[in-house]
Amino acid sequence: MSTANNVTKSKIHGLWALTNRELKKWYKAPVVFVLTLIQPVIWLGLLGNALNLSSLFSADSIQIPPDIIMQFSPAQIAALSQFFNGLQDQIMRSTFGTTSYLSFMAVGMIAFTALFTTMFSGMSVVWDRRLGFLNKVLSTPVSRGVIIVSKVLSATLRAMFQAAIILIIAIPFGFTFGAAFTPLNILGVFAMLFLICMGLSSMFIAINVRSTRIETPMAVTNLLNLPLTFASSAFFPIERMPEWLQVVAKVNPLSYTIDGMRQLLIFDTINYSQLALDFAFVGIFALVLTSIGIVLSWRFLNK
Amino acid sequence: MKPPRSLRKLTEKLAVVNVTEEVIKVEGLTKIFNKHLVAVDHVSFSVKQGEIFGFLGPNGAGKTTTINMLITVLKPTSGKASILGYDIAKEANAVRYSIGVVPQEYTADEDLTGIENILLCADLYGIPREVSKKRAEELLELVELTKFKDKKVQTYSGGMRRRLELACGLINRPRVLFLDEPTLGLDVQTRAATWNYIKKLKKEFGMTLFMTTHYLEEADALCDRIAIIDHGKIVVIGTPDELKENLGGDIITLSIKQDADITNLVKKVERVKEVKKDDGMYLIKSENGEVTAPLIIESLRKEGYVVTKLSLSKPTLNEVYLQYTGRSIRDTEESPETVFAQRHTMRRARM
Ligand SMILES: Nc1ncnc2c1ncn2[C@@H]1O[C@H](COP(=O)(O)OP(=O)(O)OP(=O)(O)O)[C@@H](O)[C@H]1O
Ligand SMILES: [Mg+2]
Repeated sequence: MSTANNVTKSKIHGLWALTNRELKKWYKAPVVFVLTLIQPVIWLGLLGNALNLSSLFSADSIQIPPDIIMQFSPAQIAALSQFFNGLQDQIMRSTFGTTSYLSFMAVGMIAFTALFTTMFSGMSVVWDRRLGFLNKVLSTPVSRGVIIVSKVLSATLRAMFQAAIILIIAIPFGFTFGAAFTPLNILGVFAMLFLICMGLSSMFIAINVRSTRIETPMAVTNLLNLPLTFASSAFFPIERMPEWLQVVAKVNPLSYTIDGMRQLLIFDTINYSQLALDFAFVGIFALVLTSIGIVLSWRFLNK
Repeated sequence: MKPPRSLRKLTEKLAVVNVTEEVIKVEGLTKIFNKHLVAVDHVSFSVKQGEIFGFLGPNGAGKTTTINMLITVLKPTSGKASILGYDIAKEANAVRYSIGVVPQEYTADEDLTGIENILLCADLYGIPREVSKKRAEELLELVELTKFKDKKVQTYSGGMRRRLELACGLINRPRVLFLDEPTLGLDVQTRAATWNYIKKLKKEFGMTLFMTTHYLEEADALCDRIAIIDHGKIVVIGTPDELKENLGGDIITLSIKQDADITNLVKKVERVKEVKKDDGMYLIKSENGEVTAPLIIESLRKEGYVVTKLSLSKPTLNEVYLQYTGRSIRDTEESPETVFAQRHTMRRARM
């Protein structure tokens, strides 16, 4: 008999089962799985190249009238062209920290994937509630904490996997690692991703867990996503933003996540004090939101 | 079908338990939602070991809310309840280990196969894989889903889904099983088959069952005792027969050849409660009508009267229900299906 005598079972049993249930929905559905892989290709292929900002600053894009060219010797023109191309590198480097906009954007995309993956997994809580699955789980001896942590964990694992895929796909598209890159830095990137995903998914779960209708949390989520997305350094460096946007961007944890990952992946020199700040900010964000999210959800589930 | 051996062993173990033990004890259980919606209102009852206890009531009566409190999903606003002696509030975890739940909704995961769903349930109880795999096979056999165990639940029919829920609810070998509207949305044959599984659980495994339903035939066919619940209150508790008897018993209708008033004569017959003359027919209310009827014929014959026609009708739970809820079951018959259809659509919408 599995009654009374089993009551002292481990406090976290069921954690992997519930996490795996979420993951299975994703990796066992081939269409969904392939789509999540195709999405970054489209983003990198279309946006990364279409918005290839570096070409704006190249010598080819500067149309010099022929009568002016006539005044210079070919050697002078070559030197001038070289100057402009050097200027391009300079501008790119000072604006984006790398000469490849695609690399700059790819890292921003990794952060986005984290945002959207955690957002969708937050919404799955509503379905679990509405379809009665949550009640069924609540009637079993699984700890209330485990139920929430499994959601957070599955979103985090999924986002980290997708980030890895984006990186791999970005390489043939022309992703260039910075001079300071070592394979060890990958660990740092995943640590960063882990922290931000924990924080974000706890936040989204706390938003969703009280609702039986998808509309309310969806509205809240959309409202949150706007500043998170545009007031971040994902596509454009913060320093070039209007001042009021900079204020928002400076408290946006995604900015710090992205900056940290860029330092580790594509910058030629790592600014260690900035990197430490990035980790500290994201770490505190994760700690605070995970605690709040888990406490709020726990309270609700214990009602 | 013979139960698998290990399940039979379980039965033997359960049979040892004291038969008169009160497995579920509920005192003044109350749930108020949002400070003013009284969903369950001071409900008290107890269920004995090996009994099938039914909650019968219309939509919104508070059946699911009562179950959710007993299975430790909802906290009661006030009142007490214990299951197998464990307090649902203070010893919730002990309660959770010893009960099984078959919810009103289909909760199995569409994207997973039948067996994956059962194993997921097993993991929630922390049952080791070696054990749960064997149990899952046994349960699949019990609910006759072995052939479909590797198919995704998406492809299951309503009846198969119910059976899968049943298997999930049994994975921890519960001593008490809670079934919330176990045959909602099933066709007549599938409903009858489900009744058989439920009866089997009681008979072969000595399990105690608490179920809710709004089908009168179901309560009548399955339950040892019934509580009729309306607007969150229990209006009456008893065995199906007791409840019917409380209505005043059976109705004997007879007519005689002679044109005389025999009302007073019939009233003297043992157990006759009420005699009404209506359009040349006598309507006689009596307990145990099948015993009373021959006595009436006999006493009339002694006085020289000849009975020309006689019929006996037993009251059904429908009349009981009507009497206590003031509503005929027909008024509520349509809506559960509609509710179910909505739930079904919702499930589809997810994909
Ligand atoms: N979580 C909730 N919040 C607020 N009100 C609720 C909640 N759950 C149930 N109710 C209300 O409590 C009452 C009883 O609901 P309950 O689900 O227990 O009824 P039921 O007898 O199971 O009905 P049905 O046959 O439709 O399943 C209803 O009026 C319902 O609207
Ligand atoms: Mg209900």
